Amino acid sequence: MTQTEKTSRPGFRVIGSSPLRQDGVEKVTGRARFGADIHLPGLLIGAVLRSPHAHARILAIDTSAAAAYPGVKAVVTALDLPELESKIADIGEASINQRYQSNNILARDKVLYFGHAVAAVAAVNGHVAEAAAALIKVDYEVLPPVLDVRAAMAPDAPILLEELRTAELGDHGTGPTNVAAHLLLETGDIARGFEAAAVVVERAFTTAMVHQGYIEPHAATAQVEADGQVTIWCSTQGTFGVREQVASILRLPLSRIRVVPLEIGGGFGGKNNVYLEPLAVLLSRKSGFRPVKLTMSRKDVLAATGPTSGSVITVKLGADAAGKLTAAQATLIYEAGAYPGSPVGSAMDVIFTPYRIPHVRIDGYDVVVNKPHTAAYRAPGGTNAAFAAESVVDELSERLGLDPIAFRLLNGVHEGNRKVDGVAFERIGLLETLEAAQSTAHYRAAAPGRHRGRGVAAGFWGNYGGKSSASASVNADGTISLIEGSVDIGGSRTSIAMQLAETLELPIETVRTTIADTDSIGETEGTYGSRTTFATGWAAYEVGQKLKVGLKERAAHLWGVTAADVDYADGVFRSGAEHMTFAGLAAQMDGTGGPVVASASVQPSSWGPGFAVHIVDVEVDPETGKVDILRYTALQDAGKAVYPDYVAGQMQGGAAQGIGWALHEEFIYDGQGRLLNANWLDYRMPVSLDLPFIETVIVEVPSPSHPYGVRGVGEVPIVPPAAAVANAIYRAIGVRLTELPMSPGRIVAALRAQDR
Amino acid sequence: MATKTQVEAVINGEPIEFLCEPRQSLLEVLRDTLGLTGSKEGCNNGNCGACSVLIDGALVNACLVLAVEIQGRQVTTIEGIATPDGLHPLQQKFLEHAALQCGFCTPGFIVAAKALLDRNPDPSEAEVRQWLAGNLCRCTGYDHIVKAILAAADRPTGAEAHP
Amino acid sequence: MASVWIPALLRSLTGGQATVSATGTSVLALIDDLDTRYPGLRARLVDGDRLRPGLAVVVDGKTGRLRLREPVAEASEVHFVATISGG
Repeated sequence: MTQTEKTSRPGFRVIGSSPLRQDGVEKVTGRARFGADIHLPGLLIGAVLRSPHAHARILAIDTSAAAAYPGVKAVVTALDLPELESKIADIGEASINQRYQSNNILARDKVLYFGHAVAAVAAVNGHVAEAAAALIKVDYEVLPPVLDVRAAMAPDAPILLEELRTAELGDHGTGPTNVAAHLLLETGDIARGFEAAAVVVERAFTTAMVHQGYIEPHAATAQVEADGQVTIWCSTQGTFGVREQVASILRLPLSRIRVVPLEIGGGFGGKNNVYLEPLAVLLSRKSGFRPVKLTMSRKDVLAATGPTSGSVITVKLGADAAGKLTAAQATLIYEAGAYPGSPVGSAMDVIFTPYRIPHVRIDGYDVVVNKPHTAAYRAPGGTNAAFAAESVVDELSERLGLDPIAFRLLNGVHEGNRKVDGVAFERIGLLETLEAAQSTAHYRAAAPGRHRGRGVAAGFWGNYGGKSSASASVNADGTISLIEGSVDIGGSRTSIAMQLAETLELPIETVRTTIADTDSIGETEGTYGSRTTFATGWAAYEVGQKLKVGLKERAAHLWGVTAADVDYADGVFRSGAEHMTFAGLAAQMDGTGGPVVASASVQPSSWGPGFAVHIVDVEVDPETGKVDILRYTALQDAGKAVYPDYVAGQMQGGAAQGIGWALHEEFIYDGQGRLLNANWLDYRMPVSLDLPFIETVIVEVPSPSHPYGVRGVGEVPIVPPAAAVANAIYRAIGVRLTELPMSPGRIVAALRAQDR
Repeated sequence: MATKTQVEAVINGEPIEFLCEPRQSLLEVLRDTLGLTGSKEGCNNGNCGACSVLIDGALVNACLVLAVEIQGRQVTTIEGIATPDGLHPLQQKFLEHAALQCGFCTPGFIVAAKALLDRNPDPSEAEVRQWLAGNLCRCTGYDHIVKAILAAADRPTGAEAHP
Repeated sequence: MASVWIPALLRSLTGGQATVSATGTSVLALIDDLDTRYPGLRARLVDGDRLRPGLAVVVDGKTGRLRLREPVAEASEVHFVATISGG
């Protein structure tokens, strides 16, 4: 059930409705073209040779047998990539060392994880390409792998990257290390804060590396022309990001690369970085300018893309006798994988942010280990951090004898409060969301019974703005053709079109959306950061305002008045006694100056953060340790829900991924760093049988940072689930689980330890 | 090059002949030889159901069937679900219930759901969840999918939504 | 005078002060002003002629898109925060 609290401005005509999505028919009939669905004349198929070792020096690569294999058209290794100097580049908002980025595409002198790409082949079909890739001989000097952040931080640990020094905001350490960065957030004086506490709880938590688990494997096809012009068709969260990365890795001008988006079968942060695209370009260039398609197997996706960090987190919280939080301290150590860049910074931004706490210290460490280079995963770092913090919040509220939601209401942040980094909140909706949670039928229902428990957790995600572009033309029949640059990963064609229709006060059926390639629209950042409906929708709003101005000029021309004398409301232009419908005026464009076209780009300087509160009832089988999710309610402040059915879908999907992370999902490596469960039988994601219907409550506290009050909604729903499930398990069996996943074996072990 | 075998089958109601290598899966032939790319490859080992098709009415993963095995048989893929008059009720309900986000798993779910409704026109929520356990969706948490299928079966939802 | 929030890792340079006052009409001018009193601060925040990668500047609650050239008012609040763009 979706309830919408009518706290936002009334009077929306399109926003808040649920039209059928524009790409729906193509997607339910199988006609939509995803990454691997493209076929071109003369297409070659590529295969990638990957490292069987987690840590090894490459002494030599012999590709001669592969190159000679019948049907092979090209073979490439890192020698075919430009050798890039070590330089930090800002790709979008992320800072990436371009040399590491290149080395992750094809290993140059060292392989740093099981599955690290070493060479690639293009051939007449996939079977030939794979057979040829297997003939490439690589001479490795195997090195001991480092698979755990604590081991990686030990003084005698094997070093992954000889030149790495610990960065500390513009300063760096002097000796070789696996600690890429130390980050610190601090406010007040935690010693004083803990002195003022009547109750203090401190616990240590660990979480396993997990994968986004999108169902579509990565796929990329490239065609290089003899003049060097490159076209790439791929499934990505951001076409412009692909263009920027390929240009950086291959040292090409941006204008030389056109990226054409195909439909994307899930991303969740994992399809921002390129893996196959540069290889497809190299292979196309080297095979006599034939198009080359590369697709990953599921094993490749799990072993060699960008999962999110496992982590080791300690949390210490203190509260006074009245239940007011006085101090908080945390240390977060996150696996970066093979190269620097874990989401520890955003984890620090998440961990205590729902609460007003006068004295806080948060230390973060970004640590390289011999696992794949981590990428973003939905509210990157947030699930791990909230699992730790919200477990301790739950324990603290229990010690104080306070209801967990009442405790959060007592300490929750609101407008004007400062985050640990000092920045003050604009209008936010945590308290409203907590109050809505308190009044749900679920929360007010009787306690669920023996071996059953109810858990609650809150979560914060800051969201993001970013660059977006849109353009639109008015057609002679009064319909609108909208062009924008955001890949549609879950209904955004429609949610963006709805904002244009709203601005023009026209029915949604009037607007049709096309997603353009990188040559055909202004720069638009990827579909990440919960930004697409927010920022590209804002661009569509600006386009609508401009179209109104353009059409008023046409009306003024027709009526012999000035544009300032023309009003527009309810789909009708008026001036004095004159009036004309939108469609009527559109029919007059021919003769009054031709087509009316507008384009707009935005780069918002603020964006409303999101808060979520989740409630879950579980049943634990004490014999087997199996946890059943009996009932689940997700609540969230959406600012203004543009497309409520799909807002609810984001909330349900985030909850489901978080439940998988909580209970089952983990990468399991052997002592040599080989991934043992690179398939979906052994990497256990939730199936339909594992979940109940997920109830959703959308709270609407409009963001002051958007013309329609929109807040991003995609990421925050994955922040609370692991903590909520952990808290529910505690209420069911009386044991606090401090390690993710809370798999049956761990639960049985925890129960046995309690019995002793 | 391996020798190719000629296969005759009926796919989505149309008699069809194709050549394939004995090692090629039905999924590979559907996608690469016949251009029927609605069946998706998510795992290529039977774990995800994105390539669900019907062979003589039975639900199978096309990645686990060799193309030569369909000799003389009837195959229905996602491309064969809609009627000439329009969408199948399942397709319509998937749209109305917002049962897809990225849409990649959607063809597999619709084919699987059709197989369920063909044999059990009035399934319970539990029966739907049991039947779909071989189809992975990472976007939706299955909520809207299960509701869409129950709606297509004309069964009201909500009564058994929670204990 | 604008109020500048000093990142925790740089407070050793300001004698432990978390917020300091500075004069200037742009973020860079504030940093230069502070560097005269707290030598070394500029080197930590500025890399060449640009804000250090991975940092964003927030002026009065809004991300400063002009970064070092972002204008600052007399009573502005300035924060240096980690860039986060999400998944």
